[in-house]
Formats: sequence, structure tokens, C-alpha cells
Amino acid sequence: MEKLIKNILRVALLFVSAVAYGQADPEMADVMRSEGKIYVVVGIILIVLTGLVVYLFMLDRKVKRLETLLGEKNSPSK
Amino acid sequence: MKNWLKIVAVVLLFYVHIGGMLFDVPRLNILNETVRALYFHVPMWFGMVLLFLLSVYYSIMYLRNPTQRLDYLAVEYANAGLLFGILGMLTGMLWANYAWGSPWHGDPKQNGAAIALLVYLAYFVLRGSVENDEQRGRLSAVYNIFAFAAMVPLIFIIPRMTSSMHPGSGGNPGFNMYDLDNRMRLIFYPAVIAWFLIGVWIVSIRVKVRTLEEKILELEHGKTY
Repeated sequence: MEKLIKNILRVALLFVSAVAYGQADPEMADVMRSEGKIYVVVGIILIVLTGLVVYLFMLDRKVKRLETLLGEKNSPSK
Repeated sequence: MKNWLKIVAVVLLFYVHIGGMLFDVPRLNILNETVRALYFHVPMWFGMVLLFLLSVYYSIMYLRNPTQRLDYLAVEYANAGLLFGILGMLTGMLWANYAWGSPWHGDPKQNGAAIALLVYLAYFVLRGSVENDEQRGRLSAVYNIFAFAAMVPLIFIIPRMTSSMHPGSGGNPGFNMYDLDNRMRLIFYPAVIAWFLIGVWIVSIRVKVRTLEEKILELEHGKTY
């Protein structure tokens, strides 16, 4: 329990420091804010693409598992 | 489908999506940044044609040697091709809205593609309307050959014979017009390969599901009789 509270406090501190840092240096010109924020769009597209690809991989694995399952069920009866 | 091919497809897709959005493209009037849509719209159609080609190949193989598996492959390749075609149609309509002024222009290329998709939809109607497995397999395999033979002139020949606003059609050069220095080919061809491989992957999963379905039905049959 004590550990949990400590961890929560740590995360909260991280957020506070991030906000404070942001205010202290408003001219932060990192990559995600440059060139009309196109990198943000690229990031969003990549998230969607990653999600779909991972989903396809999981679907593939699921079907493979079903195949082996049915193969085991099928073999002793024959 | 081999695992390394899946990984190649995924890596190429990521490359295409990053490069397609960020790499330099030719500056053109009207099109502006929408020229990048070429990386995402055209590979849908290339993918569709390649998948339909495989579908008709398996249909011919089925007619020579009618096995269940060849029939499944023909159907599922046609199914994935149709999915790509519908996506190509929708992306084309969105692009046309800004490049031509309206989503549906009645352009020969658009009409031809729409008719081709309808011809392929009829393939699934035909399959759904025959009960007997062998009859359905044979009829739909023959129809599939006809559908492919109808699609080629509808998409590739008729639009070139009349005036069309679509690049690569009558009065318009292909996308050679855009890639003044081959920059766009470096993303376009990988995009075609990547999407085609994704299509093949989807087909492999769907064929597996169909085979499983049949096995389960066989098992149930064995129990009840």
C-alpha cells in the first residue's frame, strides 16, 4: 500500500514538473510541433496502422490455434 | 503465408505511411499536397487487379481439377479484391471532390470501375444462389473468368479511348506526369507490394477459417449419423 502511494506521488510529481517545464520554456520547438504539425498526423496514422496490424497478427494466431485444436480433436476419432 | 512475408508487408507499410506523408513531392497546381493520395489510392486498385488475377487463376485451376480448396482460394481472392476496389472507389471519390470538384463526375474511369465492381458483386450473388457445392464451384469459376475479362476493358481500355480526367486515361498521361525525378516511384511501388501482401495475408486467414468451418461441419455430421 505504501509502495502504491509512493508510486502515485512519483507520477504526480512527474506531471507537475512537466507542466512547470512547459511554462518556463514556451518556445519549445520539438519535432511534433514543427512544419504545420504534420508529424502529429503521421503519428496518428501510424497508431491506427499499428493497431490494425497487431489485430491482424492476433487474428492469425487465433485461427492457427483453432486449427491445432481441431486437429487434436479430429485425430483420435479417426 | 510465410511469416517473413507478413513482416515485409508490415515494414513496407510503415515505410510507405511515413515516407508518403513526409518525403518531397512535386509542387503542382490544383493537386497541391493531395498528390500524396497517389500513394494510398492507386495501390488499392493495383492490389485489387492483382488479387482478381490470382482469383481467376484459381478459378481456372478449379475447372481443371475441382477441389474444395481451389474454390475457397478463388472466392477469397475475389472477396479481398472487392474490398480493395471499394476502398479505392471511396478514396477516389474523396480525392475527386477536391481535384475535380465533385465526388462523382461520371468520368469514364469512375463509371468503368463502378461497373467492374458490380460485375464482381454479381459473382457473389451467383455463389449465394446455388445450393449444390460442385455446381456452385463450376458456375462461379466460369463466371469469374468472364468477370475478369470484363474488368480489364472497363478499367484499362475504355477510359483510354474516350476523354477522361483521370490520370493515365484518354488525353491524360499516367503518373509519369508527376514523378519528374522518380521520387514518387520509390514510395508508390513499395505501397503496391505492401498492400498486395496484406491482401494475400487476409485471404490466407479467411481460407483457413473456411476450411475449419468445413471440418467442424464434417465432425458434426459424423456424430449425428
